[in-house]
Amino acid sequence: MSADMNLKIKVWRQKNNKASGSFETYPVVANEHMSFLEMLDVLNEGLINQKKEPIAFEHDCREGICGTCSMVINGQPHGPSSGTTTCQLHMRHFKDGDIIVVEPYRASAFPVLKDLAVDRSAFDRIIQAGGYISVNAGQAPDGNAIPIEKGRAGQSFEAAACIGCGACVAACPNGSAMLFTSAKIAHLGHLPQGEVESNKRPQAMVAQMDKEGFGMCSNIGACEAECPKEIKLENIAFMNRSYLKAVFSGEEV
Amino acid sequence: MKWIITFFSSSIGKKLLMSLTGLFLILFLVVHLIGNLQLLKDDGGEAFNTYAYMMTHNPLIKIVAYGNYFFIILHAFVGISIALYNKGAKGQKYAVSNSNKTTWASKNMALLGTLILAFILIHMGDFWFKMKFTDELGMKSYEGFPEVRDLYTRVSTAFSQLWIVVVYLIGMMVLSFHLWHGFQSAFQTLGLNHKKYTPLIKSVGKAYAILIPLGFAVIPIWYFLFKTM
Ligand code: HEM
Ligand code: SF4
Ligand code: FES
Repeated sequence: MSADMNLKIKVWRQKNNKASGSFETYPVVANEHMSFLEMLDVLNEGLINQKKEPIAFEHDCREGICGTCSMVINGQPHGPSSGTTTCQLHMRHFKDGDIIVVEPYRASAFPVLKDLAVDRSAFDRIIQAGGYISVNAGQAPDGNAIPIEKGRAGQSFEAAACIGCGACVAACPNGSAMLFTSAKIAHLGHLPQGEVESNKRPQAMVAQMDKEGFGMCSNIGACEAECPKEIKLENIAFMNRSYLKAVFSGEEV
Repeated sequence: MKWIITFFSSSIGKKLLMSLTGLFLILFLVVHLIGNLQLLKDDGGEAFNTYAYMMTHNPLIKIVAYGNYFFIILHAFVGISIALYNKGAKGQKYAVSNSNKTTWASKNMALLGTLILAFILIHMGDFWFKMKFTDELGMKSYEGFPEVRDLYTRVSTAFSQLWIVVVYLIGMMVLSFHLWHGFQSAFQTLGLNHKKYTPLIKSVGKAYAILIPLGFAVIPIWYFLFKTM
């Protein structure tokens, strides 16, 4: 049933953050049921057997929810199938004999650490700057004590699907993190629980985003096209109007 | 006052400037086109020359005109500085790029804009500068007006030359691409994106991006074909 696929993987090798990298091409035999990461595991096992340095790549959950499996496959973050992370990408999307080009995410705010692994801690600092809500300590509140309109809950849930993978930044020709930041702002901003920081949050998170050196959104839409969780550009509009409202409300950060 | 500086140096603040100045220029182009269409009247230039006189002498219009120059410069300056910053923020480019889901115009706004700026300079050098700062234009008199400069004859001489007509057509094509992306983008920047009205904004934007440059382009073509002896 599942025939072997003979592939060539042209992958970015870079020793460390300071070194300058280059592409290396390796042959690998995969089968169509493997995930892309499993194919890389096979390739790495071969490299280890030859006493060569395995390719460094990030992975954790391998079920499409943690967002660590960052790499650009044939020019697309997380590869060719839309709405899918690299770990959920199956080799059946490729053909026997293909040469597959694998590169790290490219953005100045995501420096390459080694091979395919990049430093995405800028996202953590954006979250720390304002991705939280205030709640009273003490007893756990009643489950449904705060009524939430269904439409708003839906918008919030959709934004909350963002796994912080950084594919939006990787896809953006401007290296902008506005899709990510806006998803986080919209996730909390649509809910009554997020009301307390509704002016502080957009100002603090956008300021941190700018400070990290991400680019400015030109509304190109590459992020939306590549996001594995299909986060929408409407979130960026939400962020823009929340930010403008917050700035002109006069509330200090 | 510190908040204003913070705001205009933030990413969203800069984009707000682009959006508002862009929308102002979009309105300006409509007014400019309506005026220019006077050139198609077969009245030996009376309608157009008196219109040009009014545009350069009415104090209210003069204020708006200076605002307009300022907004073009601001839009161009902020636009180019955003583009340069973004290039640095991207850093190294991909060896393989796959971008079939995005429009070419959206990724080349600064290139398109710079070409528009070059066009504006040629255009103003040819007509506006010659009218305001040189004596190259003859005078004409019409009822109810003092002597006015004969910009109409200047326009028809210019548009009898093929290369000028070609420059204008290229300029309008570039403008069309800039607006194809820019029109709807300006609303997204303002935070206006909703399934209720965004499809309408996008359709109006596409219609605008085709019809307005086309309207401008008709004039040089018309003059070249029908007014050149
Ligand atoms: C009459 C002429 C022009 C009109 C009507 C116009 C209109 C617009 C509009 C509506 C936008 C969208 C703003 C947004 O995304 O929020 C835009 C963006 C832009 N314009 Fe213009 N523009 C004109 C001339 C120029 C010139 C002369 C330049 C530069 C030299 C320029 C450079 C740019 C750039 C770089 C952007 C993209 C900004 C970004 O999204 O990052 N434009 N323009
Ligand atoms: S918005 Fe999408 S692409 Fe960007 S970090 Fe979140 S899940 Fe990843
Ligand atoms: S490894 Fe967790 S999303 Fe891919």
